[in-house]
Amino acid sequence: MEKIPVVELKNLTKRFPGVIANEDVNLTLFEGEVLALLGENGAGKSTLMNMLVGLYRPDEGEIFIKGKKVDISSPQDSMALGVGMIHQEFMLVGNLSVAENIVLGLPDLEIRPPFAKINKKLIELGKQYDLNIDPTSIIDNLTVGEQQRVEILKLLYRGANILILDEPTAVLTPGESKELNKIIKKMLSEGKSAIFISHKMNEVLEFSDRVQILRKGKSVGTRETSTITKLQDIAKLMVGRDVLFSLEKGEYNPGDIKVEIKDVSIEYKKSVRPLLNHINLQVRAGEIVGIAGVAGNGQQALSEAITGLRKITSGSININNKDMSNKTPIQIINMRVSHIPADRNKMGIVGDMSVGENLSMKKYRTEELSHHNIINKALIKIFANKLINTFTIKTPTQYTNAKFLSGGNIQKTILAREIDSCKGILIAVYPSRGLDVGATETVRMSIIKQRDNGTAILLVSEELEELQMVCDKIAVMFEGRIMDIMDTKDATTEKIGLLMAGVERGEM
Amino acid sequence: MSNLDFITKLLAATLAMGTSLTYATLGEVFTEKSGVLNLGVEGTMLMGALSGFAVTYFTSSLILGLLIAILAGALFSLIHAFITITLRANQVVSGLAITMFGTGLANFLGKKIGPELNGYNLVGLNLPVRFHNISIPLLNRLPFLGAFFNVSVLTYALYLILPLSWYYMYKTKYGLALRAVGEAPRTAAAMGINVNKNRYLYTILGGAFSGLGGAALSLFFTPSWNDGMTGGMGWIAIALVIFSTWNPGRVAIGTLIFGGITSLQFAIQAAGIRMIIPAQFLAIAPYFITLVTLVFMTINAQRKEGHFASPSALGVAFAIDEK
Repeated sequence: MEKIPVVELKNLTKRFPGVIANEDVNLTLFEGEVLALLGENGAGKSTLMNMLVGLYRPDEGEIFIKGKKVDISSPQDSMALGVGMIHQEFMLVGNLSVAENIVLGLPDLEIRPPFAKINKKLIELGKQYDLNIDPTSIIDNLTVGEQQRVEILKLLYRGANILILDEPTAVLTPGESKELNKIIKKMLSEGKSAIFISHKMNEVLEFSDRVQILRKGKSVGTRETSTITKLQDIAKLMVGRDVLFSLEKGEYNPGDIKVEIKDVSIEYKKSVRPLLNHINLQVRAGEIVGIAGVAGNGQQALSEAITGLRKITSGSININNKDMSNKTPIQIINMRVSHIPADRNKMGIVGDMSVGENLSMKKYRTEELSHHNIINKALIKIFANKLINTFTIKTPTQYTNAKFLSGGNIQKTILAREIDSCKGILIAVYPSRGLDVGATETVRMSIIKQRDNGTAILLVSEELEELQMVCDKIAVMFEGRIMDIMDTKDATTEKIGLLMAGVERGEM
Repeated sequence: MSNLDFITKLLAATLAMGTSLTYATLGEVFTEKSGVLNLGVEGTMLMGALSGFAVTYFTSSLILGLLIAILAGALFSLIHAFITITLRANQVVSGLAITMFGTGLANFLGKKIGPELNGYNLVGLNLPVRFHNISIPLLNRLPFLGAFFNVSVLTYALYLILPLSWYYMYKTKYGLALRAVGEAPRTAAAMGINVNKNRYLYTILGGAFSGLGGAALSLFFTPSWNDGMTGGMGWIAIALVIFSTWNPGRVAIGTLIFGGITSLQFAIQAAGIRMIIPAQFLAIAPYFITLVTLVFMTINAQRKEGHFASPSALGVAFAIDEK
């Protein structure tokens, strides 16, 4: 079969103030194929795709669709050409219904949209693709997984045959991802073409026919997926250096108990079952205790209880042998407990403040950075530059607002601040969530280094692979309880998987 | 005076008073729904009141006066639109500036563009023509409701405009786009909607309604020109937008309550009913009650729905290539 190109991007360049997001990028998508677009956070994948759908205008270069040169100046132009995109952040209006979201902005929509007819068509489409969505539900009342299905339904309704999927499974639980992947597969089996962006290598290998790799805004090569034998080769192309898929770890020498959680419960009046249900856990110096579990089973409540962000209703939390139950966050910070929060943008940084200010946020009140409550800017400058260099945070200057950094560099900023101020205890919640291979590796190595230096670490993660690679012990949480705690060498994927699903140890 | 009579009179006064307030509130509902907060309503209303009065005084044409008032309101809000949408300046600052500018300019012009005979002053003049109540036979004899059928054409127009605005906002594709733009501008843009075009349109529309509301005061309710004659009505309109939960269908409820309490307070004073409460306290009653109602409504909405109905992107400038 002769391969017909449906999308050709030729020498696309896009500049933002101070940054070249894409430089001379060429890309070809053939009919009926899936092209995986790989690259680190901030490599320019999303920018490139946003030019194809008309959200951004390229500064230079040309776009061809089905052999014809096109000028895409708005999303309506790309829609008319059959290009549809699922964005990394959902493009849904929260207080509108599913149907309203799906027809929003359609150029040939009637002045008074005939919702009865639209709903019927949506239900039919939904049945055809196993997307069980009520078209009259309000988006805000749907789960993340359901919202993602609305995005799919939108593409189907609009008849897109060139699909751009920008990390469609990044925010989904493993179960939801599986469901979604089934649906995507069905869409692809109908001859649609797709460009697929993902950090999850197994998805890339499963779906794609070819991969193209971007690095720092430039294309650095394409490969047939079938010829990929070693993931390391792809990772090396993405990052520009060798990536370790297993990490060097020092000898396991646990010391004193640093954090002791005794019979802790959190009753929550709005839910039927307690957020935490009689939790007992110890973390020793020089040890990493991992918490496995599907998100929402109490992991976050536990980390918030330790860091003083949430009150416990019974039990006690001892830090360095002192009862620190229900103390304020500053009292716990003063015990030199570091915290990498689950939601890095909302709880980890202040987006509108500079990288330097974000880095000094834990220490600004100490004599190290201020004197008699007056902040010493000169000291902060030196301090911030030191951390930026040590943790290789990629930022134009330390005065750049933190929100302009890529996800990986935001996480490095938080990591730098927390590790610098850490004296013995670190609570890390989903530290590598949504990060690319390079940044993930940095995060994991930093955590292991802390452990080798004698820090007691509690690591909450959804990725079993990460837990197995990094931790010394793994505890599994389900519905606010700890199902079991075991040494990592005994923690097989099957065993953890069953415990995560709520199967008791005795029942296995 | 029978009780029935009193209530009908009160209702008539309420409708007269509430008309300009309703125009201003409705306009601001459209503006805010698109994500633009315009605190310039007070200044814009004053400009509408002044220009409407001046034009009608010199041309004896109510239609022309009304049109110029609408135009003045639209132009004034165009300044706000340019500053906040194109230049992406802070909406609160710009809105406050518009109110100060509008108030000052209207007062200044009111002393400069009048007839020579009156010392170039517009204050204290009578209009050659004004809007009058038109009563619809039979219907105006209904008990209570009769008051609704003995109003000016400005009020009759609202009987049409309010339901149409509700229909437009919730049943048409233009309203769908408007709601999306104020709630999730990035999403709207990704769906091919021109966010800034929509915001310009509804900011200007809001200003036009404010201008019309101002003219309804100077050409019908008072009818005259006085410095600062809106007396804070523009600010009440902004508060009533919250009361309406940004729904054109509920605008009239708030304006009727506020207009009603204000009229009641006048009526009590006029009727000479001796009260232990001093008149000054009666005068603040409408503002006080509005405040209390708003606080109560906000708390209630928060408790019931967990969030407040305000458009999520209200007050935030938009550009597609910014995080």
